Amino acid sequence: MEINAQKRGSGLVASLVGELDQHNAEKARIMLDTMLRDITIRDLTLDLSGVTFMDSAGLGVVLGRYKTIHMRGGRVIVTGVSAAVDRIFRMSGIYTLVERR
Amino acid sequence: MQNNIELYFSALTQNETFARAVIAAFAAQMNPSIEELSDLRTAVSEAVTNAIIHGYERDGSRCVKMRCTIDGDLLTVAVRDDGCGIPDVELARKPFYTSKPELERSGMGFAVMEAFMDRVTVESALGKGTTVTMEKRICHAER
Ligand SMILES: Nc1ncnc2c1ncn2[C@@H]1O[C@H](COP(=O)(O)OP(=O)(O)OP(=O)(O)O)[C@@H](O)[C@H]1O
Ligand SMILES: [Mg+2]
Repeated sequence: MEINAQKRGSGLVASLVGELDQHNAEKARIMLDTMLRDITIRDLTLDLSGVTFMDSAGLGVVLGRYKTIHMRGGRVIVTGVSAAVDRIFRMSGIYTLVERR
Repeated sequence: MQNNIELYFSALTQNETFARAVIAAFAAQMNPSIEELSDLRTAVSEAVTNAIIHGYERDGSRCVKMRCTIDGDLLTVAVRDDGCGIPDVELARKPFYTSKPELERSGMGFAVMEAFMDRVTVESALGKGTTVTMEKRICHAER
């Protein structure tokens, strides 16, 4: 799992590359939380166009980061959502919390 | 005639990629669609994660068993652990139920397996372990 991040003002764009399964979810969580230690970050965009596989463990990663960002009064946006990832997102009702672009 | 494979692997999360690759490679002879393959890989991933995280509580010295069967156009995958077992299977299968909310689990694993496969059965005994058996008919149109 690789995450490339770019900060633009108070927003962070994090591009995830790889398979977001249980194994990589743990790595992604640590990497994202390290980036989110910067409290000037309010909004988080997760670019998932490089995610070739995702299961419910990946869902947990997005929901967990949502909690952090929501507490700061920010928003979480997901982009590059593939059909397979979208199906899991829709099942979980996550789009009531996180915006898809 | 039935075609069977059986796979035993250490209960380590790095073996999930391997388990997904195995189901995809084995199912390839059924000429599945890309979407069917994706469904199989996701369902297997959920069952294997559960065996490792819940069944064995991350004890990597334990062994996860995966048995796959092709019978005509029906593919069956059984993922088994000899771990802690599920106290209430009906509750465990409910969407959003998780016994580990502190680990950022969403409780969607069984719901995903059910949505992506045609049939999911769970056999579990406390202290003995759990077997999740999933069936999917592979009916890729352009054969
Ligand atoms: N192999 C297993 N052994 C013991 N308990 C299990 C097993 N599989 C599932 N469970 C129990 O069933 C519950 C629901 O499983 P499910 O996969 O739906 O959600 P989860 O694993 O908690 O979260 P998620 O899959 O969304 O990360 C688990 O929290 C766990 O208590
Ligand atoms: Mg699960």
